[in-house]
Amino acid sequence: MSKPQSIAERLSNQGFNRRDFLKFCGITATVMGLPPAVIPQIANALEKTPRQSVIWLSFQECTGCTASLTRAHAPTLERLIFDHISLDIHHTLQAASGEAAEQIRKQAMKDNQGNYLLIVEGSIPIGNPGYSTIAGMSNKDMLMEVAKDAKAIIAVGTCAAYGGIPHAYPNPTGAVSVEELITNKPIVNIPGCPPIPVAIAGVIAHTVTFGTLPELDSLKRPVTFFGQNIHDRCYRRPFYDKGLFAESFDDEGAKKGWCLYKLGCKGPVTSNTCATEKWNAGVSFPIESGHGCLGCSEPNFWDAGSFYKALSVPTGDFAQTAGYALAAGAAVGVATGLLNKKKKGDAAKNHETVTINDLDRKQQ
Amino acid sequence: MMTSIDFLSWVRGPVFIMATAIFVFGISLRLLEIVSLRRKPDYSAPRGSRMVGGMRTLFSRSMYDKSTFQRSAFTIVAGYIFHLGLFIVTFLSVPHILLFRELFGFDWFGLPTILIDAVTVITLLAMLVLLIHRLKNPVRRFLSTFENYVVWTVTFLPLLTGYMAYHHSVFPYPLMLGLHILSVEILMVVFPFTQLMHTFTLFMARWHTGANAGHRGIQV
Amino acid sequence: MSAATFERGYKAFKEQIDAPIAAYFSSCVSCGMCAEACLFFTETGDPKYTPIYKLEPLRKVWEQEYTLWGRLKALLGISKKLTDDELAEWQELIYGSCTMCGRCTMVCPVGNDLVYMIRKAREGMAAAGHAPPDIIVGTQRAITIGSATGVGLPTLQAQIRRIERETGMKIPMDVQGVEYMALLSSMEIMSFPEYLEALAKIMKYAGKTWTLSSEGFEATNAGVQIGVSEIAKELVMRIVKAAEKLQVKTVISPECGHAYGAIRWEGPNLIGRPFTFRVQHILEVLDEWREQGKLKTEGFEKARLTFHDPCQSVRRGGVIEQPRNLLKMVASHFVEMEDHGKMNWCCTGGGGVGAIEEAHELRTKAFNRKKTQLDALKVDKLVTSCANCRLVLEDGLEAYEMEMPVMGLTEMIAEHLKEEGEMEKDKGLYRFSEN
Repeated sequence: MSKPQSIAERLSNQGFNRRDFLKFCGITATVMGLPPAVIPQIANALEKTPRQSVIWLSFQECTGCTASLTRAHAPTLERLIFDHISLDIHHTLQAASGEAAEQIRKQAMKDNQGNYLLIVEGSIPIGNPGYSTIAGMSNKDMLMEVAKDAKAIIAVGTCAAYGGIPHAYPNPTGAVSVEELITNKPIVNIPGCPPIPVAIAGVIAHTVTFGTLPELDSLKRPVTFFGQNIHDRCYRRPFYDKGLFAESFDDEGAKKGWCLYKLGCKGPVTSNTCATEKWNAGVSFPIESGHGCLGCSEPNFWDAGSFYKALSVPTGDFAQTAGYALAAGAAVGVATGLLNKKKKGDAAKNHETVTINDLDRKQQ
Repeated sequence: MMTSIDFLSWVRGPVFIMATAIFVFGISLRLLEIVSLRRKPDYSAPRGSRMVGGMRTLFSRSMYDKSTFQRSAFTIVAGYIFHLGLFIVTFLSVPHILLFRELFGFDWFGLPTILIDAVTVITLLAMLVLLIHRLKNPVRRFLSTFENYVVWTVTFLPLLTGYMAYHHSVFPYPLMLGLHILSVEILMVVFPFTQLMHTFTLFMARWHTGANAGHRGIQV
Repeated sequence: MSAATFERGYKAFKEQIDAPIAAYFSSCVSCGMCAEACLFFTETGDPKYTPIYKLEPLRKVWEQEYTLWGRLKALLGISKKLTDDELAEWQELIYGSCTMCGRCTMVCPVGNDLVYMIRKAREGMAAAGHAPPDIIVGTQRAITIGSATGVGLPTLQAQIRRIERETGMKIPMDVQGVEYMALLSSMEIMSFPEYLEALAKIMKYAGKTWTLSSEGFEATNAGVQIGVSEIAKELVMRIVKAAEKLQVKTVISPECGHAYGAIRWEGPNLIGRPFTFRVQHILEVLDEWREQGKLKTEGFEKARLTFHDPCQSVRRGGVIEQPRNLLKMVASHFVEMEDHGKMNWCCTGGGGVGAIEEAHELRTKAFNRKKTQLDALKVDKLVTSCANCRLVLEDGLEAYEMEMPVMGLTEMIAEHLKEEGEMEKDKGLYRFSEN
């Protein structure tokens, strides 16, 4: 492999000037939620740092996450970043295959031992490892092997982060997330089905720029992108506050763009940046397109009740339960009623007439 | 590890079903327990209608004469605010209406969230003030048992957690929403076995008193 | 001979609990508003006089015997069983500081009828031997002598003779087939024989046929007061038998509110069947005649006066407008107390409290409520329509050194009867003498 170049060098080789580079640094800062004051620091870091070695493993996944990142239209930040990391291996994108591919992986691990970033896409089947193997190796074994010498791990997509759809009930493969297997490495989760491209790019940029992982929340998600929920940032929020809701997907409310809460939107419990970053180069996001948020970046979103039932509605068949409970309550109620009747009847039957001689305690 | 979303799914799913079962079971049991005790027929010649008297008292007990109002102004005003507020928040908030729609199959108009939020604050304050009154007023303190404070707590918590969830206080929304739902489930479980039953039985109580008075030709 | 035991009392509590009781206890949220309606609390500030608290023994029995949850609680030892000591302690609360006036019933926001509950609680207390000695003695006298105060037929006969001598009117006794049979309260016989005189005068004036019965003249019912249904039934039966024997159409309850409730509302339920005759309060009768134009009065009481509503005939009995209609006929300066009619304050002596020696001090203290009411009105005269209220009011006024005559409404009406009504006199009396 050629000597690692810094991002700045690569940019200038590709004909970007200094001005373009600083602009790029500015975008990076903005995306990461950093003040403009750090732009010089970012520029400085990017100018000097060699390209980060990245190993991208694909397990039980649909390639949606990779597609999300690569579909980005040039010249976006994610594209730039993608161009300027050293993506040493990517199961889906690489040309090499078979033994050759495995060789490349091992070589990259050796060259950058303790320094490479591991990006995982997809969940890992541990119930029955046979569901997903690469070169005869189980996903779990490969993950453990590569993770061992990684600097940090980025779990991209809901499957890698939380198990995702493969993990959904009844989870036939016994799918688990990365963090369920790896406990001794720094892990960043970038959930989403797929995750927002800027989030992936931003985390990589941060890692490259500062040499550290960005600030994470309790679910190991970068706070910059997952610190707020969709609902709070949603352009339809004012309708929620006013109590204006679409009742169906084709009523007047839907046409007027009213809140989709009643149609099952999970925006209130979904932490993601869709409402601000949007998708497809900022064109739109699901709610803007007229469909409620599915909450795809949340753990177990697939099992969290119907996508089309409002958040406040219980997920189980509680109406039927209520019916049974009513019947049971009535039955027990009637039974106690009969017992009570007997008790009262017995008291009445054994009633000893109270005469004027029975009114006080002493024998008269 | 249980995430807040898992927790939310848990309280929205199995826990809610369990709470509903206990709630419905308990209430039907309690009501039948009461009704099955029966009452003796009244052989005295009626001066008025039991039906009219009973119906009248169902409503008349929500109104007070001047002197009673003056003597218990605090309890009445704070009690009114609290009960009205609780009613509005419970039955006129859109997310709640959706829950009832799921159960009953029909819905009704809801109030804007901002209004619900304001009513919640007022209701919470009324409840706090009523608690202080319960602790300070000699009669109420004297009458109050552990149960009174349990009942207060399980009623207060859903309001508080609902308010906190809406404002993302302390915990992120999903967790707070989960806690809110859980607090309602606790309320539902406690409901049939405590004074909370007055929600239903007060109509029976008013009816009996009103019917007896109606029979005697007295409007109470 | 048997004696009262805790077990008998407990059994009586169990027997008494019914659906209304269960609904009432289920509904109480300890709001404390009933305390503010009870003059034993308002005038002492002692929370133990809170009406619902007085029912704690009955509540315990209900919870532990008739609710699944309560049975469980008792089983697990979370709630304590009712004890005999508790009942002894509650004697003061169930008898000595509850006049059964029912004002608490009027304010309870969940609609609990606390008097209904007290009445039932007394059944348990009496069977357990925890009725106050004074009430027990009164009850024994009612059965053996004829009334709780010890007034019997000889006393009545003596009063009749005196009235007949002084007024020349005939007081009919044991006359069959007449329209009305009048009852009396022993307090009227003893302390206010004016009532009987007024009654005779009005009957004569209205031209109605009436009688007293030597077998059933006492209207008060010590059994109702103490809370022993069997004794109450025996006392009611005296009246029922007398009325049926004399084949009267209507039995007139005297002014006494307690007596009215006991015969009018409890009576048929005590004997377990409807009456074959009608029962009317004397004021109901008078107001009916007023409406029919059979009762004409002349002249007005000039004094500024007010009316004390007897709880049992007004709030618990439904005779509310009648006394006012009648008062307006004869009083030009009639003013209402601030809380009147259904919302009146008790005289402090109802429900047997007036007969309990130990309760006297508390009762006098509580009378301050009535005093406050009267002071606010600055009246010169107090009218009422209950012999018991009247005695208690006189006692209270004296204790507070207030100079104010107390009068019975029926007497007041009798005093103002218009002269030409006398025409009816001969006709009426003539008919009696024929019988």
